[in-house]
Amino acid sequence: MLEIKDLRASVAGQDILKGLNLSVKAGEVHAIMGPNGSGKSTLTNVLSGRDGYEITGGQALFDGRDVSELDPEQRAHAGMFLAFQYPVEIPGVSNLEFLKASLEATRKAQGKEPWDAVTLLKKARETCKQVDLDPQFLKRGVNEGFSGGEKKRNEIMQMLLLEPRLALLDETDSGLDIDALQVVARGVNSLRSPDRAIVLVTHYQRLLDYIVPDHVHVLAGGRILKSGGKELALELEQKGYGWLTDQEDVPA
Amino acid sequence: MTSQAELDKLIRGDYAAGFISAIESDTLPPGLNEDVIRFISGKKGEPEWLLAWRLEAYKKWLAMPLPTWAHLDHPPLDFDEVSYYSAPKSMADRPQSLDEVDPELLRTYEKLGIPLHEQEMLAGVAVDAVFDSVSVGTTFKAKLLEAGVIFCSISEAVHEYPELIKPYLGSVVPQGDNFYAALNSAVFSDGSFVYIPKGVRCPMELSTYFRINEAKTGQFERTLIVADEGSYVSYLEGCTAPMRDENQLHAAVVELVALPGAQIKYSTVQNWYPGDENGKGGIYNFVTKRGVAHENSKISWTQVETGSAITWKYPSVILRGDNAVGEFYSVALTRHMQQADTGTKMIHLGKNTTSTIISKGISAGRSSNTYRGLVRISPRAENARNFTQCDSLLLGDTCGAHTFPYIESRNPSAMIEHEATTSKVSDDQLFLCRNRGIDPEKAVSMIVNGFCKEVFKELPMEFAVEAGKLLEVSLEGAVG
Repeated sequence: MLEIKDLRASVAGQDILKGLNLSVKAGEVHAIMGPNGSGKSTLTNVLSGRDGYEITGGQALFDGRDVSELDPEQRAHAGMFLAFQYPVEIPGVSNLEFLKASLEATRKAQGKEPWDAVTLLKKARETCKQVDLDPQFLKRGVNEGFSGGEKKRNEIMQMLLLEPRLALLDETDSGLDIDALQVVARGVNSLRSPDRAIVLVTHYQRLLDYIVPDHVHVLAGGRILKSGGKELALELEQKGYGWLTDQEDVPA
Repeated sequence: MTSQAELDKLIRGDYAAGFISAIESDTLPPGLNEDVIRFISGKKGEPEWLLAWRLEAYKKWLAMPLPTWAHLDHPPLDFDEVSYYSAPKSMADRPQSLDEVDPELLRTYEKLGIPLHEQEMLAGVAVDAVFDSVSVGTTFKAKLLEAGVIFCSISEAVHEYPELIKPYLGSVVPQGDNFYAALNSAVFSDGSFVYIPKGVRCPMELSTYFRINEAKTGQFERTLIVADEGSYVSYLEGCTAPMRDENQLHAAVVELVALPGAQIKYSTVQNWYPGDENGKGGIYNFVTKRGVAHENSKISWTQVETGSAITWKYPSVILRGDNAVGEFYSVALTRHMQQADTGTKMIHLGKNTTSTIISKGISAGRSSNTYRGLVRISPRAENARNFTQCDSLLLGDTCGAHTFPYIESRNPSAMIEHEATTSKVSDDQLFLCRNRGIDPEKAVSMIVNGFCKEVFKELPMEFAVEAGKLLEVSLEGAVG
């Protein structure tokens, strides 16, 4: 589903990704871990097409299509979704209005039946409950005055409604208490299916207790240094990243 | 795909209401002198007192200098280049019903989405449509008269209701109030007159659509609304103008009188031709709007301004009586080379008077958007209250937003609050929308509409929808 080959990318003229390779198949959950500044967020931003993140080499293919040829909204229509680390506020635009615009555009592009207002409201309310958000949040401005945890749950709510085929979650666990973490994990797990893939970017192993990954990768210095199964995360938890990055410093 | 390029594309949307209808006009040659004023007055068959009133205004105007204090930059205006009277020819005999109206004229309205017939039936809104300088058709008159409400052109009111016109005309905006008001007083063409009798709640929203059609024809409407004791009226004013290269001068005067316990809600959606992206063409709009609020009365101005090359406009309230309330809700959007210097004046004279000012300025392209507001608390205005909030939103980095708040308090019991913010449509907001599948054009329009929500919710329902649509049209091609 997602094939990343020797991907190189820079932000503000600084090289961040330096030849990254990653292959994600449908049905898989991948966790990407790594120290601060290793390029984790850059990876999700590059894949989603954020301004200012420039691909300087290699390529990322989503269903065989080079993502760099798609506008951010086209990537969304193709089924890619990014849950933001810091979801931004849009004052005065209600969550429901936002969902309506998002679902209308996306479902239309995907050739799906549009939802009428009643269906939309019903689905949105159900999904709110699923992530433990009061349906009253639908009337409030997008993320306007939401707590950190509420913003993250709002992201998951949008994700569940949009039903992406590839979900990128950028440190969705940061700033969450244990209850909220479980709510978010439950939401993500409910999206797991043989035709979908999930890429989790996280600092901590604790999220992976609830969303058990098939593959764990260590990203450092703009490259995947090590890949393994879910036990790699536990090893990282015990040893930290030092033993891997130190190895990297030793010239081959 | 940088945001500046995107913004530029969205901003460059074409003017959807730009077309010129081919109706013959009875137009006066350019220039202004006493004979022109006599011609206008004579053409309307006005009584002697009104001609004298116009001539007095003209004398005052001659002695006044052109105001230069506004944050506006435009070539000097030549008032001898302007034609001061224009009436569609086929209107000479005044149609008695819409059936008699020139079909071309009706088509013009339809292009603008104002089908009079449909509005009559569906919207329940009475329309006094001003096409250039003569009122074309007034609907629902009978139903309004039943309630005792008078809603007609001001020319008609001069003949039919002189006892209402004489005491109130110029009572809020005197002839010599300012340069443009004096000019209007001398040459005003037509406009609306509304009278709501004591204790009457006007049974429908009153609406006027204006349209400037003749090249080089200044349009000088004069509107007077008198709400008698304990009455209520909601008045809607909406305008678009066809595309023209010449700058068209527009200097209107609107006077509101809210007698004790009365409420006037005055809403405007203004979409005159703003000029192209290089600043060519567009309407010059110099308007004086003011209301006097007597005790326990309320005057509320709501405006959505997206048009005109130059906007000079400060709908104000003189809170004369105790417990009077004044409100000003404004959205002003400027793009291309548009310049707006707009705001309000709240003059607190009575005790326990309160005023609220919510101003939202949106600037795009190379435009300049200025809020200018005065809050004055007089020595006898005990316990006066004012709350002001001015927010500016910038699209791109070549536009400007300015805020000039003036606060003069001469009573220590006054409570005045002022809040101001300036923000940009952030790349982060745009990216969030796009990541959720929303195209940038729709995203910007949604973000801007959200920014204006506090003002839009003050508009009557149909107008709120229209205003939202107008912003969308104005922002078309503004980000891309």
